[in-house]
Amino acid sequence: MSENKNEKLKNITEKEDVLLNVKNLQVSFDTYGGEVKAVRGVNFKLDKGETLAVVGESGCGKSVTAQSIMQLIPMPPGRIKSGEVWLDGRDLLKYSDKEMEKVRGKEISMIFQDPMTSLNPTMKVGKQIMEALIKHQNMSKSEAKDKAVEMLKLVGLPNPERRAEQYAHEYSGGMRQRAMIAIALSCNPKLLIADEPTTALDVTIQAQIMDLMADLQKKLDTAIILITHDLGVVADVAKKIAVMYAGVIIEYGTYKDIFYNPKHPYTWGLLLSVPRLDVKKDLRLVPIEGTPPDLIAPPKGCPFAARCENAMKICKEKMPEEIKVNGSEEGEHFARCWLYHDLAPKVDNPVTKRRAKLNE
Amino acid sequence: MADMNLRKEDFEVVGKDLKSSEEIVRKSLTYWQDAWMRLKSNRVALVALIIIILMVGMAVFAPMMTEYSYDEQNYDVISQPPNSEHWFGTDELGRDLFARSWQGARTSLFVAFVATIINVTIGVIYGGISGYFGGKTDIVMMRIIEIIYSIPRLLWVILLLVVMKPGIKPIIIAIAITGWGGMARVVRGQVLQLKQMEFVLAAKTLGADTGRILLKHLIPNTMGPIIINLTFQVPSAVFTEAFLSYLGLGIPAPAASWGSLAQSGTKMILLYPHMLLFPAALISIFMLAFNLLGDGLRDALDPRLRA
Amino acid sequence: MNETLISVRDLKKYFTVRGGKTLKAVDGISFDIHKGETLGLVGESGCGKSTAGRTIVRLYEATGGEIIYKDTNINKLNKKQLKDYTRHAQMIFQDPYASLNPRMTVTDIVGEGIDIHNLYKGMERQKRIYEILELVGLSREHANRFPHEFSGGQRQRIGVARALAIEPDFIVADEPISALDVSIQAQVVNLLKDLQDELDLTYLFIAHDLSMVKHISDRVAVMYLGSIMELTESNELYDNPLHPYTKALMSAVPIPDPDISRAKKRIILQGDVPSPIDVPTGCKFQGRCPIAEDICRVEEPALREVLPGHEVACHMVKKP
Repeated sequence: MSENKNEKLKNITEKEDVLLNVKNLQVSFDTYGGEVKAVRGVNFKLDKGETLAVVGESGCGKSVTAQSIMQLIPMPPGRIKSGEVWLDGRDLLKYSDKEMEKVRGKEISMIFQDPMTSLNPTMKVGKQIMEALIKHQNMSKSEAKDKAVEMLKLVGLPNPERRAEQYAHEYSGGMRQRAMIAIALSCNPKLLIADEPTTALDVTIQAQIMDLMADLQKKLDTAIILITHDLGVVADVAKKIAVMYAGVIIEYGTYKDIFYNPKHPYTWGLLLSVPRLDVKKDLRLVPIEGTPPDLIAPPKGCPFAARCENAMKICKEKMPEEIKVNGSEEGEHFARCWLYHDLAPKVDNPVTKRRAKLNE
Repeated sequence: MADMNLRKEDFEVVGKDLKSSEEIVRKSLTYWQDAWMRLKSNRVALVALIIIILMVGMAVFAPMMTEYSYDEQNYDVISQPPNSEHWFGTDELGRDLFARSWQGARTSLFVAFVATIINVTIGVIYGGISGYFGGKTDIVMMRIIEIIYSIPRLLWVILLLVVMKPGIKPIIIAIAITGWGGMARVVRGQVLQLKQMEFVLAAKTLGADTGRILLKHLIPNTMGPIIINLTFQVPSAVFTEAFLSYLGLGIPAPAASWGSLAQSGTKMILLYPHMLLFPAALISIFMLAFNLLGDGLRDALDPRLRA
Repeated sequence: MNETLISVRDLKKYFTVRGGKTLKAVDGISFDIHKGETLGLVGESGCGKSTAGRTIVRLYEATGGEIIYKDTNINKLNKKQLKDYTRHAQMIFQDPYASLNPRMTVTDIVGEGIDIHNLYKGMERQKRIYEILELVGLSREHANRFPHEFSGGQRQRIGVARALAIEPDFIVADEPISALDVSIQAQVVNLLKDLQDELDLTYLFIAHDLSMVKHISDRVAVMYLGSIMELTESNELYDNPLHPYTKALMSAVPIPDPDISRAKKRIILQGDVPSPIDVPTGCKFQGRCPIAEDICRVEEPALREVLPGHEVACHMVKKP
């Protein structure tokens, strides 16, 4: 009991600028084939106004994590097995549906990959922004309308007055994503979760949207969780990066840590497998061979072991803990990898090696 | 890292094991196995399925279970309520209603199944062709359906009775004529959608001809909706038969169907309600069971709901 | 090496859309593909690159122009000849979920081409299917499974196996990696490269991701609204892009190196790609072009060679 109290006290007295603190989140889906352990113990913190990128391939649990924070997991088949999601000192997982409704859209907003399916096709775009404002901010209709136009202008839509009167199908893909961002940001949320916001868009539009998000963050000081499978996309905007694999965060650090001194072999793989436009052609890509494990029966050891060149006996036996590595300034760079155990053999870091080669 | 149990040997490098990473751990399930598992876990649909099997079984075997035949009249036991001798009672001519009800089930179910099979066959072929070729062919074929549909079922039966003797045949023909359009539309819609899919384009790129694409690619992927539609057609055919017989356009006496039994029961409803009650109950239970099964199948077979 | 395998001349593919309007998906493109090379075709969605690919394998009937495969004009083939052509020209599709028939096993999917062309029967057929599966990094244990049991990368490899089963020499790869996670993309790209070396294949590689196209292609054509804007060797294109659209496209590609990426000055194009139903007059890119002048709004520039082996369609690019 007293321990519980201490825990609570700790949460309140914790560093003031921590906005979101996710602790040991575990989410499963019950299917006919058995229990799919989609998220298997995720911990991370997010400061106010900070951008965290969650990177991983499809099925690694990154979207499920985000949806659990919002409590958008369909239950059943979904099930939040354990964990805490502290937002400003309140555990959201203890909230009822009704209470969550006041959090969603007001304190945390979310944008999705496909803006067409997340906009209501039968309602004018301006009206969709007004809805949230009237609900959460108690605005009058005319106030909300002005604010809606202002939001559309903020996200860079030309002719916002006219655009507010149009329907989603009259917008192009990029404009729809802008409209989604306008809706998401209309109530000044503390946290914006963007789930693959540019994956469905063309490169030139993707650049526009990422630019806009970085710009808006500066203006509005909203914290952002950016979920993506492409490390390249987040190079510009992320401050912290969490790399997820098979339902766990296998490496976490600042963007400098992850790009320039990554520690987990999977992160190495992610960085070495993408072609570089700014590098001469002939370097053969180093793919991450194999396929991620099916989370209906995750391996008992490290989930990446089967695809890892450096796998050791222990990797197949035991899941590694979070090991602090390399003490970067903030000292929050960790990797879940046995290579950083005292007894493990030393391994060359192929990412720093390649970098050195490129700089020659 | 105060794990004292770890030894140096545990950190021997063993490298990748790609074979195990490519292994598939889930049990292989075909579409139908998967659908069956889903259906099994749906209590209501399962009960409905059992009821249907029981009723079909009764239709086949019940007439053998009783010593009475459906057309044997016995003036000593006219209009008896249900009793241990006559489980469903007797009618105004002293015929055993248990025997007549299940004989009626035979007729009704025969009509329903034959009509449905005809509907499915015509509907699938017609809809498949219409959807696959699209364009003008599609427009013409769909207009033909609309024309056929614009003439009500009742009118078809009356017209058919001008040239045919009343009985099972005109009813089946009438149901078939007016029933396959729905199936054709379902299949056409599916085919229109599927033929744009990349696996169909891939088959075309491999040089597959129309027949192969229809039979190997389009129709198998339409089976789900076809079966769902089929489960809704059977009760509708049962109802149509009952409805026509009730109006006196159906099976003539002494043959029995659920509709004709209900019709003769209605005449006695104030004196002997059991004469209407049993056939009406059978019709209702059967239709309800089929509709519930259909709902269950829709959940089990709909690929959009597959995880 | 420079033997031409496929020659596309002024290819046009128009569609009639609702309201009787004409959608010019491919509006007069010309290029050669040499034997054994990879030609990359890049552009944003709606630029007509997939339509071009599909027209070349005859999934679509061309509206105009010629496609010449080894001296035969494939627009003029009869049914029988067309079936023979399919043995030479195959396609790999984009969507690893939609491109495999969910009711067929891997064996039947890979074996379909073998059956259609009557190449092998019985045990021979099964042996051949196992061989091809191993060629793409799958094993015989996978042969009797259904597509939905596989991951995206594995499915895409099944799609490659299906195309290879009938031993084609030319493959149109229509965005084969766009739907895959980046970590898996390299697997498929390396596989395609290895197969090319091993089986002497020629590729038309369609994609919207310039960095991957650069990596795999010998030459690259950049498409915009149904026309080719620039066509040259891939290294030349990246070292010396001439068309303003190519420059913008390249500058938009994310670089997985924050220091370089954050320091880089991006050319961010304004607005969206216009609808191919309502193509602007003059140069198709003029509405979004940062350097457009009066002539661009009136006259459509032709694709012309400005440097040896480097073709551009832009009024503003002067011959040196």
